Amino acid sequence: MALKHVNAVIVGAGAGGGVVAKELSTAGLSAVLLERGKWYSAADCRKDDLYNQRTQALGAKFGPDDERHPRVLVDDKGRETIVVSSDGGYSNNAACVGGGTFSYGAQAWRYMEKDFRMRSTYGALEGSTLEDWPIGYDDLEPFYEKAEWEMGVSGDDANNVFKAPRRKSLPMPPLPQSREHQMLQPAALRLGLHPFDIPMLRNTVPYNGRRSCMRCRWCVGFACEVDARTGTHNTVIPAALASGNCELRTDCMAKEILLDARGRAKGVAYFDARNRLQEQTSDLVVVCGGAIESARLLLNSRNGFYPDGLGNRYGWVGRNLHAHTYPAAVGLFDYDTYDDLGPGASIAICDYNHGNPGLAGGGMLANEFIRLPYQFMAQVPPWVPRWGQPHKDFVRQAYKRTVVIMGPVQEMPVFDARVQVDPKVRDFWGIPVARLSGGRHPHTIEIARFLAGKAEAWLKEAGATRVWRRIPAATLSGGQHQAGTCRMGNDPKTSVVNRDCQLHDVDNVYVIDASVHVTNGGFNPALTILANAYRASENLLKSWKGSKATS
Amino acid sequence: MRAKPVKLRRRTFLGAGISAVATGCLISCARATAAGEWRFFTAEEARTVDAICEQLIPADRDPGAKQAGVVNYIDIQLTKAFRKHRAAYRKGLADVDSTSRAKFSRRFPDLSGEQQGEVLKALEENSKGFFELILTHTRQGFYGDPRHGGNRKMVSWKMLGLPYPPVRGRQHYDEPKAG
Repeated sequence: MALKHVNAVIVGAGAGGGVVAKELSTAGLSAVLLERGKWYSAADCRKDDLYNQRTQALGAKFGPDDERHPRVLVDDKGRETIVVSSDGGYSNNAACVGGGTFSYGAQAWRYMEKDFRMRSTYGALEGSTLEDWPIGYDDLEPFYEKAEWEMGVSGDDANNVFKAPRRKSLPMPPLPQSREHQMLQPAALRLGLHPFDIPMLRNTVPYNGRRSCMRCRWCVGFACEVDARTGTHNTVIPAALASGNCELRTDCMAKEILLDARGRAKGVAYFDARNRLQEQTSDLVVVCGGAIESARLLLNSRNGFYPDGLGNRYGWVGRNLHAHTYPAAVGLFDYDTYDDLGPGASIAICDYNHGNPGLAGGGMLANEFIRLPYQFMAQVPPWVPRWGQPHKDFVRQAYKRTVVIMGPVQEMPVFDARVQVDPKVRDFWGIPVARLSGGRHPHTIEIARFLAGKAEAWLKEAGATRVWRRIPAATLSGGQHQAGTCRMGNDPKTSVVNRDCQLHDVDNVYVIDASVHVTNGGFNPALTILANAYRASENLLKSWKGSKATS
Repeated sequence: MRAKPVKLRRRTFLGAGISAVATGCLISCARATAAGEWRFFTAEEARTVDAICEQLIPADRDPGAKQAGVVNYIDIQLTKAFRKHRAAYRKGLADVDSTSRAKFSRRFPDLSGEQQGEVLKALEENSKGFFELILTHTRQGFYGDPRHGGNRKMVSWKMLGLPYPPVRGRQHYDEPKAG
């Protein structure tokens, strides 16, 4: 039996898709929201430190599952490996209602004005497709504010003298300071830096009918046990469903976008929860699967009009895959710094996002989330033997005495860091899988080294007796902050979507997630994805001329 | 006639309660099914793994990997999440055994602590893949959640001074800062 025709099919119920579903359905459009994962709740916080989204020793708790969603990873020597979700190199982003926002750390950053004008600010960089966004900070500002107030952001960035202007302050105060915060704040001030409280999509007082953070140690990677952390799963998606115009279908894997005889989209073919192939027809298709899966869906949607995939006439779909490079410094103190208060990350500086001599950008620096014992293994310094008595001695002595400072380097996009569809490997449903290849730009690593040095100086000023640095390798960057694969731009020859996130090639297909980010800021991207989804939805609705479900 | 369904419901409820308790026990008490019976390892392999893990995280004033039941964690996971590592364990353990025999004419678990350390150093150099695997798994089994069969009685968390289980719903807003 044919499914009832709707105005819009939205593929992916993450940060972007959740907002789009709410905006469209509350404006009266009928929508179907497809999600390949499940809908988890606060009751799914198992506090399992080996099986969650942050530490995937025994699997990725919130998907995708290891069994049905392989990918192919090509290394710098051209060797191919089939990887599963919990493998390094897979570039996992949660597959569930809420997507990454269900189990993330919830940092809620606005990008800075220069983050939208990287090419104009720093010029061309050899080996990079560094470019300006077709929109500026001013275009996004009202929607940053909408996301902050509608979903709920806490924090206090009054001391951040580098921030882009905001019209309205944040709706909730920050959490009380942890011990780390109390150590790091005066040290930063002594260094002449400008520390402030990280904005977070986290209730610090009751807000929107949900309670406040109880500061447990099971935060990033876990379901929030008290539902105080804010994602699309507990805000916009319930609002979309409450409108009566949106149907959420979980365990549904999109196969391809269907095209009519004129080359316009007419719906989406997907496998439902019982693995039956379904065709959902619609007036619009909105792709919100995250940078890797959105690109994969477009590339898998091919026909006579678009032999290389939808929106891919000039070969830009899947290009410029990037995310964030995280340099870190770990400081050892001779007294306890651990106070068992989550979420951990609380204090940040934006002194090194821009204006660093000889560098094209930078990134913010902040203290790391609270560490569980197994996670602490990654903080053990290189000079400690890796096993035996010395290792155990060090862990016992240092577990509560380390502070980690790290930050997301704004990466230099690389054209050859890309998502393709693999010619041979298929997933459980027979759909060609994503094939990932390429690496990071050397300048990204150069900036990472610079930032690690600044993090080290901050820790030393705070009284660390020993400090060691961690610099990531130049391998492909993806993971939870994945972005860039369906670039937004004015020129159809060097971008995939226009400034309204509409495919240049097909006017009734939109891509609304971090895929459209031209560059990814020196910040966690969630709030920007949300704000841009609000913005793109508003523009979509302005141009909407079709019928509405309830008008 | 009215009393009967009530009774039945009560029994159903009690039954559900008992099975929940039983399941809880199965999870927390997970270990080798009976003395000498393992899910994946042979008795000899389990003895070797136990000895390797104890070298990687030895007992001192706090328990080590042996007492934490790390071998139990690895054995359980080799039937679940670590299925893909089965061949690596079979071969890796055979290699450890042959190295021990070649060097000291005895099986690994029967060597002195010093000799075991020497064999492991050789393993770390010559059989990097397997050494990294068992080191990672040992750390997980020692420092990770007890529900997976290791970290028996939360020995590592106690060693680190980490209070457990947490108090649900605790609020720190109005509490003075500790320390």
